[in-house]
Amino acid sequence: MTQPEIIDESGDKYKYGFVTDIDADTAPAGLSAEIIKLISRKKEEPEWLLEWRLKAFEFWQTMTEPTWAKLSYDRIDYQSLHYYSAPKQKQAPKSLEEVDKNLIDTYNKLGIPLKEQEALAGVVAVDAVFDSVSVATTYRAKLAEKGIIFCSISEAVKTHPELVKKYLGSVVPYTDNYFACLNSAVFTDGSFVYIPKGVKSPMELSTYFRINAKNTGQFERTLIVAEDDSYVSYLEGCTAPQRDENQLHAAIVEIVVMNNAEVKYSTVQNWYPGDKDGKGGVYNFVTKRAACRGVNSKISWTQVETGSAVTWKYPSCVLQGDNSIGEFYSVAITNNRQQADTGTKMIHIGKNTTSKIISKGISAGFSNQTYRGLVKVTPQADNARNYSQCDSLLIGKTCGSHTVPYVENRNKTAVLEHEATTSKISDEQLFYCQQRGIGEEEAVSLIVNGFCKEVMQHLPMEFAIEAAKLINISLEGSVG
Amino acid sequence: MNAPLLEIEDLCAEVGGKSIIKDFNLTINEGEVHAIMGPNGAGKSTLSYVLCGKPGYKVTGGSVKFKGKDLLSMSVEERAREGIFLIMQYPVEIPGVPSTTFLKHAVNAIRQHRRQPELDTMEFLKLVREEGRKLGIDNEMLKRAINVGFSGGEKKRMEALEMSILKPDFAILDEADSGLDIDAMKIVAESVNRLRNEQRSMLIITHFQRLLNYVVPDFVHVFADGHIVKSGHKELAQELEQNGYAEYVREK
Repeated sequence: MTQPEIIDESGDKYKYGFVTDIDADTAPAGLSAEIIKLISRKKEEPEWLLEWRLKAFEFWQTMTEPTWAKLSYDRIDYQSLHYYSAPKQKQAPKSLEEVDKNLIDTYNKLGIPLKEQEALAGVVAVDAVFDSVSVATTYRAKLAEKGIIFCSISEAVKTHPELVKKYLGSVVPYTDNYFACLNSAVFTDGSFVYIPKGVKSPMELSTYFRINAKNTGQFERTLIVAEDDSYVSYLEGCTAPQRDENQLHAAIVEIVVMNNAEVKYSTVQNWYPGDKDGKGGVYNFVTKRAACRGVNSKISWTQVETGSAVTWKYPSCVLQGDNSIGEFYSVAITNNRQQADTGTKMIHIGKNTTSKIISKGISAGFSNQTYRGLVKVTPQADNARNYSQCDSLLIGKTCGSHTVPYVENRNKTAVLEHEATTSKISDEQLFYCQQRGIGEEEAVSLIVNGFCKEVMQHLPMEFAIEAAKLINISLEGSVG
Repeated sequence: MNAPLLEIEDLCAEVGGKSIIKDFNLTINEGEVHAIMGPNGAGKSTLSYVLCGKPGYKVTGGSVKFKGKDLLSMSVEERAREGIFLIMQYPVEIPGVPSTTFLKHAVNAIRQHRRQPELDTMEFLKLVREEGRKLGIDNEMLKRAINVGFSGGEKKRMEALEMSILKPDFAILDEADSGLDIDAMKIVAESVNRLRNEQRSMLIITHFQRLLNYVVPDFVHVFADGHIVKSGHKELAQELEQNGYAEYVREK
């Protein structure tokens, strides 16, 4: 295939199922110390990082894939995957003009042309991750003025090794879990953000992830550090081209939040969910965690998840600093044969820490969805507060929804509240909308958007619009 | 004489396998207001749902023409877009959907059908606030999720607001006064009367004659055993109020 093509005409709803024909520099399949050395060499990494990777790989070999999630999928053959693929470029591009034209075309199809982004005059700075290597970074200069570092993590390894060395693995150690360990051994690229003391980021930082080359596992690694009294809002948006083989994605996001600092992390995830019969689609095993290390620090996760065939994801907040706040706002939509086991962990360690969980799950078709959440209060965490609300909406009779809230409380002063509901779009609601002239699909999207409203209002404006569209696309054909 | 708007011929319908509407005949001309009265449980509401095409209400015979077109072959939303509006007895709650958002979707769906340009946000808000004011609906209430936590009176006023904005050719009022105190009923009745004109027709379904003191019908029909057993003018409503439905139910 030489020309990218959109698969829409085949009746498939996934708009972004095209493949960019780029000469990729792909390592042979399989995972071994040699491959890891190759990745490290290709990326011209320092010795300490290679050693860290190899330690992770060694540890990974002693681990077994977790099976506790309510997910069923064919076993992943880790030796058949490729662990490195980078678009070939003679030299790092200095501007967008030097970027491979095919890449730019791909972004155009996704509706995120970098040129337009640039013209948006400081609204969003984009660090575009295409497969594994960052190919374009914009607004660097403006951010640099404020002392903000926003670059690919491989670049940060070279330019700010002391920061990367200090924080990498400090929130998610490589021993944490199977997929995080794998990522630590083979991660290829991702974003690095450093907000210095007292700085509020003048714009929202944004990264678009794409999975492109065939059979390439995607192992992103993102590290965000917010020093005392700083603020940043970070957006992550994802789409992937269509593939028949399942694509493995095991990312890590680590966030460190110091005294009085605040980080808002928003995600719209739209990876290929597989076709109507569950063929193809992305396997998404992600470890996302933020440590509120300082007093009065705050982390807020907002996510809209519509994609992937299999999702395993629990963005978490470790509330170490006194008075720190953790929030989790989530909308997860599954249709057809999609499966999602997702939720959050709130770990209260500091005194007077507060957490809030608002989770909205929508299941349609033959999909299955589980909310799995942990609220943990340690003995020293006096006056911890948590409010959890988990609502599920079912569309049709063949989908499933499950709620598994874990609570571990070791402190008598804690106040923990949990509310959960399961509902259906009722025939009465549909009839009411239709009797007013609103078509059935529009009615469903209206009702679903109403159901998600509490979460959607936490998304930045431009993201919220994109997310609302995504919800509609995801549910097309789920009624009637 | 005005042209017929709605022509129901020998209509039969069932719910859950039970025959409710039996050989029902009624013609409503443009500009006419008809009232259908009958004992509780006679199937008056079933008639309104059948006309609107609600799923679960199965037509087993007869025909219905609306503006000369075959109504029964249309979907629920097509009927609404053609100009049929039902004031519901129990309007349903839709959490998280502000009343304005709901109304804007509805009004633009209908305008699109009529090949009118969609209203933009400013035009729409002006219209909805203006009509809302007449019904004692303030901006605060318009922002609330539609029908969620509304009192019975608020729900009916919202129904009246929807009707005022969508301007249907044919409005069905299904027990529109249930749950209303006298003041709220007057407000709703006024909004109905404001809409009355030479072309617009209405069908008022009610158990009590109370509402008919405020919205005076041109014709009154007694509904029993699945069809109309007696027709008359507004005096018939008063007669029923005094004597009850016993004499008609006995016919069974």
